[in-house]
Amino acid sequence: MASNWFRFAAPASFYPLAGRMIPVFWILTGVCLLAGLYWGFFQTPDQLGGSNAQKEYYRIIFIHVPAAWMSMWLYVVMVVWAAIGLVFNTRLSFMMANAIAPTGAIFTFLALWTGAFWGRPSWGTYWDWDPRLTTELILFFMYIGYIALHSAIDDTRRADRAAALLAIVGLVMVPLIFWSVNCPDPNQCAALHQRSNLTQIEGNILFSMLAVTFGFWMYSFATTLMRLRSIILTRESDNSWVQELLVKDGRA
Amino acid sequence: MSEFFSQGGYAFFVWGAYGMVAVLLVAEILQLRAQRRTILARLGRLIRMRDSGVNQ
Repeated sequence: MASNWFRFAAPASFYPLAGRMIPVFWILTGVCLLAGLYWGFFQTPDQLGGSNAQKEYYRIIFIHVPAAWMSMWLYVVMVVWAAIGLVFNTRLSFMMANAIAPTGAIFTFLALWTGAFWGRPSWGTYWDWDPRLTTELILFFMYIGYIALHSAIDDTRRADRAAALLAIVGLVMVPLIFWSVNCPDPNQCAALHQRSNLTQIEGNILFSMLAVTFGFWMYSFATTLMRLRSIILTRESDNSWVQELLVKDGRA
Repeated sequence: MSEFFSQGGYAFFVWGAYGMVAVLLVAEILQLRAQRRTILARLGRLIRMRDSGVNQ
């Protein structure tokens, strides 16, 4: 049974499998985003009562929190693939890490951007050098550094290894982002964000947030697999299976 | 309807946040599609060049 799964570690057999999975992930993305945003905008309007100004613009959290979660989660997944690549020297793992980085960078930027648009009406400023904002910004630079280092080295195998090492070092930012708000002594991490506690979030808001998070996750699968297929084609272009595939599709 | 778009007077912040998300996610999809088309066209051209060279 196990050998069946290892078969897909070969780029030649994963390429068509990824092609069949992409449409499924797009459908899941659409369903989750529609459900989450519909519920967030139309079924959750008056959960924050009174004259609280936040009840008018809190809808930003339906994309802000999912984007921030995805920025950290995708970094962890990227590091896992990079580490597997370093340990087992498997080509597909490095390609996977490569394919995740741009999507992760986009979600990190979106977390910062939507946070700025939350911060202006809430705290009167788009940006502050608060621990959480600063560590998230450094995570963005880690993604950019990974992509830049990889593209700066011509030899693909060397680029894979060097960039993987950088990604692993940068993993320290993920727990730092978490503890920047959830540190053991609340007095030592005076931060703009509240401590995170999922059980205290109102049910409708939590549902919308989780649905959009799942939608962003499925989106990440779809774009990562699309990018992975392009990377496979480029790197394996000298192999006979790519040429046979192109001939069969009438491209050559 | 206009009440929905005004978002209680915070339209700039709500739609500024959502707008950037929509723009970047759609841009990423379009970039990936263009990238795939470019790669397929280039590889197809290379194979045609090689095959025509063999035939001569």
